Amino acid sequence: MTLLWIPLLSLFGSIISSLTGKLTRNQSTGLTLLMPVIALAMTVNLAPAVFAGEVIRYSAEWVPLLGLNLSFRLDGLALLFVFMILGIGILVIFYTRYYLSSKDSMPKLFAYLMLFMTAMLGIVMSNNVLQLWLFWELTSISSFLLISYWWHKSEARKGARMALTITGGGGLALLAGLLLLGDIVGSYDLDTILASREIIQAHALYEITLILVLLGAFTKSAQFPFHFWLPHAMAAPTPVSAYLHSATMVKAGIFLLARFYPALAGTELWFILVGLTGLATLLFAAYVALFKHDLKGLLAYSTISHLGLITLLFGLDTELATVAAIFHIINHATFKASLFMATGIIDHETGTRDMRKLNGMWRFMPYTATLAMVAAAAMAGVPLLNGFLSKEMFFAETLHQQLLGSMSWLVPVLATVAAAFSVAYSARFIHDVFFNGEPVGLPKEPSEPPRYMRIPIEVLVALCLVVGMFPHFVVDGILQAASTAVLGGYVPEFKIAIWHGFNLPLLMSAIAVCGGLLIYTQRKYLFQFQASLPPLNAKKAFDGSVYVMIKWCQRKISAIENGSLQRYLMLMLVVVLISAGWPLFEMSQLVGGKQPTPVDIHNGIGAALLMIGAIGTVIWHRSRMVSLLMISVVGLMVSVAFTRFSAPDLALTQLTVEVVTIILLMLALFFLPQRSPKESSSIRVLRDLGIASAIGVVVGSICYALITRPLESISDFFLANAKTGGGGTNVVNVILVDFRGFDTLGEICVLGIAALGIYKLLVNLPLFMPGSDSEGRPWAKERYPLLLASISQSLLPLALLVSFYIFLRGHNLPGGGFIAGLVTAIAFILQYIAHGSNWIAERLTINYRKIIASGIAIALFTGVGSWAFGRPFMTTWFEYFDIPLIGEIELASALVFDLGVYITVVGATLMILASLGKLTASAHKDEVKV
Amino acid sequence: MELLYASCVGLLVACGVFLILRSRTFPVVLGLTMLSYAVNLFLFSSGRLSLNQAAVLGYSTDYADPLPQALVLTAIVIGFAMTAFVVILAIRGRADLGNDHVNGQVPDKDKKGKA
Repeated sequence: MTLLWIPLLSLFGSIISSLTGKLTRNQSTGLTLLMPVIALAMTVNLAPAVFAGEVIRYSAEWVPLLGLNLSFRLDGLALLFVFMILGIGILVIFYTRYYLSSKDSMPKLFAYLMLFMTAMLGIVMSNNVLQLWLFWELTSISSFLLISYWWHKSEARKGARMALTITGGGGLALLAGLLLLGDIVGSYDLDTILASREIIQAHALYEITLILVLLGAFTKSAQFPFHFWLPHAMAAPTPVSAYLHSATMVKAGIFLLARFYPALAGTELWFILVGLTGLATLLFAAYVALFKHDLKGLLAYSTISHLGLITLLFGLDTELATVAAIFHIINHATFKASLFMATGIIDHETGTRDMRKLNGMWRFMPYTATLAMVAAAAMAGVPLLNGFLSKEMFFAETLHQQLLGSMSWLVPVLATVAAAFSVAYSARFIHDVFFNGEPVGLPKEPSEPPRYMRIPIEVLVALCLVVGMFPHFVVDGILQAASTAVLGGYVPEFKIAIWHGFNLPLLMSAIAVCGGLLIYTQRKYLFQFQASLPPLNAKKAFDGSVYVMIKWCQRKISAIENGSLQRYLMLMLVVVLISAGWPLFEMSQLVGGKQPTPVDIHNGIGAALLMIGAIGTVIWHRSRMVSLLMISVVGLMVSVAFTRFSAPDLALTQLTVEVVTIILLMLALFFLPQRSPKESSSIRVLRDLGIASAIGVVVGSICYALITRPLESISDFFLANAKTGGGGTNVVNVILVDFRGFDTLGEICVLGIAALGIYKLLVNLPLFMPGSDSEGRPWAKERYPLLLASISQSLLPLALLVSFYIFLRGHNLPGGGFIAGLVTAIAFILQYIAHGSNWIAERLTINYRKIIASGIAIALFTGVGSWAFGRPFMTTWFEYFDIPLIGEIELASALVFDLGVYITVVGATLMILASLGKLTASAHKDEVKV
Repeated sequence: MELLYASCVGLLVACGVFLILRSRTFPVVLGLTMLSYAVNLFLFSSGRLSLNQAAVLGYSTDYADPLPQALVLTAIVIGFAMTAFVVILAIRGRADLGNDHVNGQVPDKDKKGKA
């Protein structure tokens, strides 16, 4: 259970901090810090067990059949990352409190940071690869929000978009890779995948899987050539950069390499892809970093370069290289986070990050300068600091590899060159900012920052020193645990010490430091050389390609989507025709084996009427009134057909719906032209007739094939249990209110939604209607005939009584809520027709929206009510009672549900027709005024 | 009889399809109504055709399949709601756009052949 709480607490923290808008900055920070601190305490509590080699798991089933479970897992590697995510996260939040100006919304940034923290925790702790991917995407989205935090700046928006595009694209590749992996292994369970190395690597799809997973990892950790999003993500507030680019976002890609190391690594392809990408990134970024004038730009490229170093270590074919990689993950997180924070302070206190302006800061902020210099020295790999140790291990490992075959000696040489550049840009960071003369045109007079703003840096720098001087005591345990997880059990003996004696790695370090200082002092020539090169602008290329892609899509879309409904329908119908018609040709025989029923005279006449009605509708479709009358014949014949073929409930429903539909369409005709103009060309008509007949033939054939085959139905269950389980003899109704009650609930919701949509569509409708009919005759003055008015009024109670009877008997005989509701609605509509809506409004004030809502509520609460008796949702209860004078009577909870259906149907139907009818009344009023 | 029934369904579909391909809203509404008749009849027939066998317990020895009936019953009501929605949409469209062409604008004369 505890494992679930770690990401959950952080998620709560996100919600809590978003609610602290009204509080002071200190209160908001305190509340935000609360959750990650608790989570960190929990993790510390779990740590001894993990150190002892245990893997802690938590799992809850969600869709077990699809292999989708909520499952978490905490091993050494995950523990290391959880510590970094929570620890550095806490420091960053604390730092943000002093960094943000009062104009920026602190709760918003905190909420995003905590959301991001949740996503990262989810990645490192997931025990299901699909769940891992979900959190992976969540980091892309939440980092988008974080980078675009200063959304009013165009560079922030562009940077965020670029980061999202690159990492999101990588995420898609990763998803494909993980799906393949799951398919190869037969499980999405991480435990199973990690244990299936042989199966995976022997599989034919191994190469493509590996490439897809690596694409995900490389885009996220900004490896060459996907590195260019990271410098642009520097538009984010500096605390965000400190978090995203030291311990989390970019490390997620590294984490992925480490996580799948036991399953995917060990092959030639892995070493080549991972090793060479890492080497290229290491060199390229270290070189570029030197030329950045922006402090954060320098740090961005240095981050890319260090990520390349870690990637290269994972690509070297030795166990110790992996240990070194993990060690460097820790070290890079500590010194880079503190450097970003120091940069934030400098920016905060001077108003600029440009190294050409920042000079001689030592005099203004000696304390911050000391901290920054220690961290920068760690980055350069100066002895007694943590960066030195892992760099030393890295040098040692480059000497023991065969990455490039006989040219493998190049790797240590190139590593030394990269390290020299790393020393050079670290030296530039220190010397250019803190010494090197006087500041040039600073926007602000620099001074030391608030006391507490330095605390997070002090903590991190202290860590650099402690790890650097006493590595054995501080990191051995966690390094051992994490390496065990990555290497899958066997960890070579390793001894981290400051002094290994005079050896080759030490020599390489010495060369790197001297070379780096030399490069720095001679940088003038390098800068001149760099300036003479043609500028390489990745952003422009990226923007250009995005622009080209969008233009291409727009062209394609406007070619397909030209706004013509007729064309869309035609295309869809043709697709339907092909996909539904094709299988018919492959069928050997259309007619099935069922004994055919003979045609009798009644059916013949009915079918003839239906066909005449349908064809008549088509023939006279331009004369709308006539076609409406024709289609009503079809509707009537359909209802007769239902009667004939043993479906009395359907017949009643069809009949009542038919009445309502025809009234509705007649009302609609008042607002629409009476005739359709002749528009289609003869060819067009011929084409449409062709499509229509072809589809008609296909559907008719399918129908014929279907009904001539013997039936195997699941309905025997309903027939057998309707009386005993549902308490009713009308099986159709019992299915509606009981067996499939949940469906019915959904259906009345749809009805309600449609009615509400119509209500909304009719609000503020600009009236568009003629004062006369199509022949130019004015409407009759006598709008409410006396005869109809008197008869309908006296019919109303009778009709209500009938509908009440239909409603009550519905459970046992044809009837029920739907039909009764429609009958009631028709009775009321008749009153509207006979008297006008003003007459009704004077006598009856009804809010139909409330009626619909109460109907759905009644149905819903009847269903929920069964929970109160410990039964599943929508279980029917029924009992028989003996009432004096009336006799035995059955009461069932299904009746209450049906009442809900009834009320919804009445409300929805009346709302549709009454709101439309009301418009005609107002139209007449306008006309009178005119 | 099966053949006659299937022919009716096929004819209704054909008429419905022809009507929804027209260029004005009202025939399209009629076409949709016609198609929903056809679909309801088609779904209903998946329980096969039977005479005098209403699924009311105790009134006959053999029963028609009640499940398609229950499904079609709600389909009829929802079909009405959908038709109503489309009708109102058509009215609103005409009020807002000034014409009742399905594409929202009456095509120019010279484009008539192509549109």
